[in-house]
Order: sequence, then C-alpha cells, then structure tokens
Amino acid sequence: MSKVRVLVGTRKGAFILTSDGKREKWDVSGPHFAGWELYHVKGSPVDPNRIYASQSSGWFGQVIQRSDDGGKTWIQPGTPLGETTTPEGMPKGESNKFVYDISTETGKPLTTHQWYDGKQHPWEFKRVWHLEPSLTDQNTVYAGVEDAALFRSTDGGQNWKEVSGLRGHGTGPKWQPGAGGMCLHTILLDPSNPGRIFIAISAAGAFRTDDGGKTWKPINRGLKSQYIPDPTAEVGHCVHHVAMNPSRPGVLFMQKHWDVMRSDDAGDSWKEISGNLPTDFGFVIDVHAHEPETIYVVPIKSDAEHYVHEGKLRVYRSRTGGNEWEALTKGLPQKDCYVNVLRDAMAVDSLDKCGIYFGTTGGQVYASADAGDSWAPIVRDLPAVLSVEVQTLSGSN
Amino acid sequence: MIRVVLPPHLRTLAGIKSDVELEVKGPVTQRSVLDALEARYPMLKGTIRDHVTQQRRPYLRFFACEQDLSHEPPDAPLPGAVASGAEPLIILGAIAGG
Repeated sequence: MSKVRVLVGTRKGAFILTSDGKREKWDVSGPHFAGWELYHVKGSPVDPNRIYASQSSGWFGQVIQRSDDGGKTWIQPGTPLGETTTPEGMPKGESNKFVYDISTETGKPLTTHQWYDGKQHPWEFKRVWHLEPSLTDQNTVYAGVEDAALFRSTDGGQNWKEVSGLRGHGTGPKWQPGAGGMCLHTILLDPSNPGRIFIAISAAGAFRTDDGGKTWKPINRGLKSQYIPDPTAEVGHCVHHVAMNPSRPGVLFMQKHWDVMRSDDAGDSWKEISGNLPTDFGFVIDVHAHEPETIYVVPIKSDAEHYVHEGKLRVYRSRTGGNEWEALTKGLPQKDCYVNVLRDAMAVDSLDKCGIYFGTTGGQVYASADAGDSWAPIVRDLPAVLSVEVQTLSGSN
Repeated sequence: MIRVVLPPHLRTLAGIKSDVELEVKGPVTQRSVLDALEARYPMLKGTIRDHVTQQRRPYLRFFACEQDLSHEPPDAPLPGAVASGAEPLIILGAIAGG
C-alpha cells in the first residue's frame, strides 16, 4: 500500500502530513523547530527517509536540519557520533556555514551585485530558500540561498561549498533583489543528464549548466519584463518558479512575475502560454506527474495585491501545455478569500490519480487526489505556508 | 565560572535549560566567552556572530550589569562581576517585528 508524506515549511515551524494512498485521512505532526522559519523541507529521492530542512531566523541566522527516519527525529549534520540529539530532541552539530567563494583559484572575486538604487552592493548571506537533494546520492544536496548563490554539500549537509561558477559567470553584477530579496529559489536536476542543472533567481532570471556547475549561461531569451529598462535583457527578469516533468526534462514551465512561459529546448528560448488566465501574475507552477502537458498555476491578482483574484481561490489547469486553462474550484473557497500561494508551496505526488497539493499564506494546505478536479483541506490553521513538498512512499517506508 | 544567559530559541537549539557556565582561560572578553560557548555548543556557531566577520548578528544584543555592551570592542574586558561569575553575560534577542 502506498503512502504519501507532505512536508510543509511555514513561518513558524515545519509540519509533516501523512496519509495512505487514498489521501482522505491525514495525520499531522509538528511543529518541528517551533518558532523558526522553515523555508523549505525536502526528501531525498534516493532514500525517502532522508529529509533535509532549512531552518532560519532573522535573529539567529541559518541552520540546516536532517532527518534519517522520515521526519521523526532530526539532527544537525555534523553531530558527533553517539550524540545524536539532546534530551529535548534538538541536534548538536554545526551545519550552517555558508561562505561565498571569492578565491581567485576556485571562484571569482565577485563581491557585489546591483542594489535597489542601482548601485553595487556587497553579497551577504541571509538564508537558504531551497534544498534540492541529489537524484543519485542521498548525501549530496544543493542549496539555493539569498543573496543568490548555489551551494552543494556532499556529506549529508554538514559542509557546504559554493558552486561558484554561477555567481562568477559574468552577469552577477547585474542581478538585483526582488521584493522578497535576491534569492535563488529554484533548482531542477535533469534526470537524463547528470551534468545539467537549471536554477532561477529573483530578480536575475533562469540559468543552466551542462557541466555539473562549472560553467553557466543565462536562459532568458523570449522573456519580456516591462518593469526593467530593457524588457528583453539577458538577465534581470523576476522569475518566480520553474517546473519540469522528469520524463521530459527539456520542457520547462515558468511562472514569471507576470507571464506564464514554456520552453521546449531546455530554456534556450521561451514563449508565453498565459492564454485565457484571468491574471498571469503568480508564484507557483507545477506539472502533472504522468501527463507532461498538464500544468497547474494559481493566478494572483497583481504584484501590488498579493492575493488570489476576485476573492476566489482557483487553481488553473491546462491539459494542453498552456494557453487553454480551466479553473478548478470544487472544494476551494470561492468568496472572501485573500490568500497567496508562494513559489515553493505546490507539489505533486506520483500516485494514480496524480495528487496535487498547495499551501497558502493563510495556513491552509489543500490536497486533490484526482489531479485537481476536487480539493479538500488537509489542515486549515497552520502558520503561513512557505513551502510544500510531497513524497510518494512504498508501504515499507 | 562565567555565566551566560541565552535567548529561548538558542537554548532550545543547544538543548540548554538554564544559564550556561563556562570556564574561560585568560582575559574575559566578549570574544573569549563566545569562543568558549561555541566550543561547547558548536550548533551555536553562526547564530550569535557571523561565521566569517565574527560580528554580532544585528538583532542580538549583549548586556551585563545593567549595561548594554553590544557596541563594545570584542576584546574589551567584560565587567569584573561577569569575570567573577557574580553576574551573567546576557545575550538577548532584540524586540523587533511589531
């Protein structure tokens, strides 16, 4: 019997929601790391019991947590052998050292990016937005951080080294923060090509490496952003999220600040697929697990009004790879609803029928066990949801 | 023994229920106390001062003997009452956020 585990990061802790394959009854555990911001929690595809969590605080900075038992217990990677946790269940290791590589030997002496006033500003580490475990090694995990950079750990999250070719490839001084900060929020690993990684940064755009991170290139041709001096610039676009179906890793779907886009050539070019959406501003985008032309977005009213359009929480689904969208409303509030759905707060499971999940800034986590046709809340009153990830588990996990 | 009072979230992170008591060799300064604290509780590295610059995190303050020592140089001697263990060094999270 399959099971589903939903990993939810919120403004005040992490929550783990579990159900059997029917996805009707749910157990809720948490808050884990109560009071801290959990920007992202994600499991390893190699070992589903291995889960990485980004725990941060404006006061105390960044901590990386790891579970090796599916979220029951946690350690800070680096905890000495025999000292797994304190009696209170908190870890004892050190795992939070993210230091930009500015050496001339391994990185580039890049120290500034563009600030809100157009001047150059020093790169300063603030937090980890996204953790992406390797597809082949449970001890390897990537971290997308603010100020924007990509880090990699190969020892289970204890030590972190910057993948410095990204920041140093040349356009870094033109990157600038979006309203949420200058964050690297999307990391997509190509299952068909171990050397290929896609990342996205607000507000710089999307980038791709084909050699495991040594060299990078911007992949923003076709994006148009009227709010920047050159609307078709090579970099500077506020990409909110990018998604792929692993069976077709060359096809990418993007929710940009405004505009929903697709690429059929691994990001070399993009075309708009907003079609009949009521508004093409938004944050999340995801792809059906078994139908690579079926995609989901949650339109948000505007960049000045970060809540759903017309007070109605509607997921929009396209079964045609974009342009033709249908509103999915069954089970979702259709009046007086003013929540947002943040960029990492939607995920899909791989059951049949495909399950779709998303969390809101109002603290609801909604699930659909029928590919979006109908929805029900798993929980209604969590802290604001920052991220949602899903693990589809076999009965032994 | 030097006594250090941590804010609740850092006590939770380090698994500490009350004040921390530390042995500090040599001059008792912010730096030497924090070095001793981080040596015993490595999970606190980076949470009080930056890994690289060693500067105090912006929303944390250092108090002792009813004085705000946050802007004192890290190698300045702490008050004698802290060095003797009579008074704690208090690491405090700033009240911020509304």
